[in-house]
Amino acid sequence: MTEHTHQTGDPGAPFDDEIHTMDIVEAKGVIDAHDDLAEARSGADAAAERKQIRAERRRLLLRNPGFIIGMIIVLFWVLCALFPDLIAPWGENEVVRLDDGSTIPRARPSSDAWFGTDSIGNDVFSRVIYGARPVLIVAPIAAGLSVIAGALLGLTMGYLRGWVDEILSRVIEALLSIPVILLALMVLVVFGNTRPIIIATIALLFTPVVTRTVRSVVIAEAQLDYVTSAKLRGERSLFIMVREILPNVTGVLVVEFTVRVGYAIFTVATLAFLGFNAGDATAADWGLDVSNNYGLIQSNQWWPSIFPALAIATLVIAINLIADSIDQVSKS
Amino acid sequence: MLRFALRRLALALITLVILIFVIFLLTRVFPSDPARQLAGPFAPQERVDELNEQFGLDDPLWQQFGRLLVDVLTLDFGESFSQPGEQVVDLVRPALWKSTQLVLFALVMTIPISIAGGVIAARKKDTLLDRGIVTLGLASASIPEFVSGVLIQYVLGVRLGWFPAIATPPDDAGFLTTLDYLFLPALAIVTVYFGYIARITRAGTITALDSDYSRTAFMKGMTTTAVVRKHVLRNSLQPTVAVTGTQIGYLFGGLVGLEIVFNYPGLGRLIFRAATAPDFPLLQAGVITVAVIFMLCTLGADLLIAWMNPRARLNLGGQ
Repeated sequence: MTEHTHQTGDPGAPFDDEIHTMDIVEAKGVIDAHDDLAEARSGADAAAERKQIRAERRRLLLRNPGFIIGMIIVLFWVLCALFPDLIAPWGENEVVRLDDGSTIPRARPSSDAWFGTDSIGNDVFSRVIYGARPVLIVAPIAAGLSVIAGALLGLTMGYLRGWVDEILSRVIEALLSIPVILLALMVLVVFGNTRPIIIATIALLFTPVVTRTVRSVVIAEAQLDYVTSAKLRGERSLFIMVREILPNVTGVLVVEFTVRVGYAIFTVATLAFLGFNAGDATAADWGLDVSNNYGLIQSNQWWPSIFPALAIATLVIAINLIADSIDQVSKS
Repeated sequence: MLRFALRRLALALITLVILIFVIFLLTRVFPSDPARQLAGPFAPQERVDELNEQFGLDDPLWQQFGRLLVDVLTLDFGESFSQPGEQVVDLVRPALWKSTQLVLFALVMTIPISIAGGVIAARKKDTLLDRGIVTLGLASASIPEFVSGVLIQYVLGVRLGWFPAIATPPDDAGFLTTLDYLFLPALAIVTVYFGYIARITRAGTITALDSDYSRTAFMKGMTTTAVVRKHVLRNSLQPTVAVTGTQIGYLFGGLVGLEIVFNYPGLGRLIFRAATAPDFPLLQAGVITVAVIFMLCTLGADLLIAWMNPRARLNLGGQ
């Protein structure tokens, strides 16, 4: 999705009057080449202007309905993940007992259990609340690691080029030609089904696509005047990459991170559905709960699987709405 | 054109060899003592040695990798670990055929609907209809396949009872009955890929509608519909073709969850079972099959684009 999110940045978006970062960057480059005094002054101006743009973008984001709806849903799930015991009426492995002490396994949704109970007698609503936790621990960490790794690789490959870049580009192409889930299955089978390995696997498998995106942006940036003038000043490559180019690609990294979080949730849920949920068979986990209960749909016991499935759907849709609106605003 | 095709093919082959190497690392180099895993923890050492001998697991790694490449070329992946006596190829072939049927059916539905959706959204740019199509596409594309599968199975298969909820048609099923059984999993694929394809078509159409040749056509007095049909689609569909080609490969990844939900004996379910067994020869063969399909689809898409637009031949794939 990254690819076309980038290509479809809405050309008709009504924000054309805004100052483009690119203009400032170029202007700054030209002045850099002239003299130090002007550079210091323009540096301050450019910084002020950048700050203004950031404020403007924040304002646009807060008016974007997709962003607001997405944020509300994500915040709700984050609260569930942080304080499940405050929201859920029962524990994740607690059996629902009525006042007379009787249990009600396989009960339809009712006032005793809003989302019904599963075959063990656990409260489906409570399990859905607790189930936010594993997903929201694994996905953001994995996405963050992949963006850090991808940024470092993409920056180095895109700026230094050469044969290392050639070879790594081939490897990236190869890795991108296999669906992530299939590679993840193989890695997890070989290295084991534990939480750190799941995080590392997802981070590793997302790194190629982040690298490719960052690399292509860096290649474009490296042709701009401010980089040329930095080279003429005799700056070291490391300095140019970290201090000159990196600040200009942070927007791309932010979009990339949000998009990756969405995909990471997608992947974590699918892996849990396939039985790779860090080895805890009774913990509340959306993907695992769907997997344990979807077989009952045909006997019309839909609630233990449909509610966690809807939970997954709302969270990924919300993250994607946020990613999409950040992408739109940062293109404007 | 031929020159382009050959260079593009060479590039694809290099990619495939790198990928087979990665799969080789994961299935033969990193697993510690696969024969021991296969024989079970209490099997006598002689049994493990025997298996090592049988599958050539004691040979130097470069020899094993060379053998794997030959296996791929000759389509001979040897015997399955988990189903002794069965040739891997004989397990993969029927599963691949099943998945291909499902994917083709899904594509026949997805492609026209998504292209129409994308063109309509582009023509009604910035209206409520456009926003609706784009947001719906974004939302449905971001949901994991097994989730859409479960939701569709419940609503259309069980609650409304319009289609069979399980995708295992009887052996003597005719064409239409098979389609009936495949409809729900295919629909789940449609919901995921509609968003991708509609979005890219919309972007391509907007660009093409803004271009000089469209403006000229409009000034000649042509209607929008005629401009779209005669001038725009030919250009705007190029990114669509490219994305569709790439997505078919990824589609096979989504099949893992879907085929499990609908209990469909395809390649996805086969790979999943091979991974959990673990049956390394079967897993290798399954994943390499998906890689080859991906390679063929992207290659096909690139050649189609080159054929549609001679300019694309100049800038050889990649970069």
